[in-house]
Amino acid sequence: MTAPNHPSMRTPLGRVHHLGSARSGTAHFWHQRLTAVANVPLTIAAVAIIVGLFGRNHAAVVKILGSSFVAIVMLLFIITSVYHMRLGMQVIIEDYVHDERLKFVSLMANIFFCFAVGFTAVFAILNLSFGV
Amino acid sequence: MADSRAPAERPLSPHLQIYRPALTMLMSIVHRMTGAALYFGTLILAWCLIAAAAGPNTYATVQWFMETLLGRLVLFGYTWALLHHMLGGIRHLIWDLGYGFGPNEREWLTVATLAGSITLTILIWFVGYLVMGGM
Repeated sequence: MTAPNHPSMRTPLGRVHHLGSARSGTAHFWHQRLTAVANVPLTIAAVAIIVGLFGRNHAAVVKILGSSFVAIVMLLFIITSVYHMRLGMQVIIEDYVHDERLKFVSLMANIFFCFAVGFTAVFAILNLSFGV
Repeated sequence: MADSRAPAERPLSPHLQIYRPALTMLMSIVHRMTGAALYFGTLILAWCLIAAAAGPNTYATVQWFMETLLGRLVLFGYTWALLHHMLGGIRHLIWDLGYGFGPNEREWLTVATLAGSITLTILIWFVGYLVMGGM
């Protein structure tokens, strides 16, 4: 973000109050930790579910993934993971991509990618649950 | 970025190459690398789920790929990256709470992350292969 060229009525302190230089405050840090904590039990549960799918045929896999408890756990796992992914990749981009234009394109691509992957996986789970 | 003046020439903080390599530093890099790998690995999860939703024929393609050597390697790597990132994350949460900063504690935590992720990966594959009868 480049600073506006026109003079502002706001004082420098007023502009950054509670926000810090990145203008988003501690929201990123907090959401990163929040999703990290949520992902610990959800990852263990998701791994257990996926291991349980090993060696089963399609009908059995559909039955397991479509059952309410498994579907809810998988949905929570996907949503928290995808949000955690967006936050993490944003930090990587901000650390390594210094060209301003390329950085914005990368940041946008990151959000598009996470939404696309997340919604695809969520759609699949809902499809398996409701048999649309 | 409070004003639009050109930034002054300031000395940069020393970067990675100036420090002696340490295990904690290596594991920090590995944490970021596994995170980036998992980012793209999620495509595999989405692919498997969509294939399962699409029907038996599409799912058979996924099963065929997972049984190839490449598929097995990708899945094994995915398992390790996921578990390593999870344990590394727990280690970071411990540090966030202000514990484990002593010279021995931080080394111990770092070794435990690596040893734990490798052990758990092998254990999960052992269970997956032998108990469930392979994939």
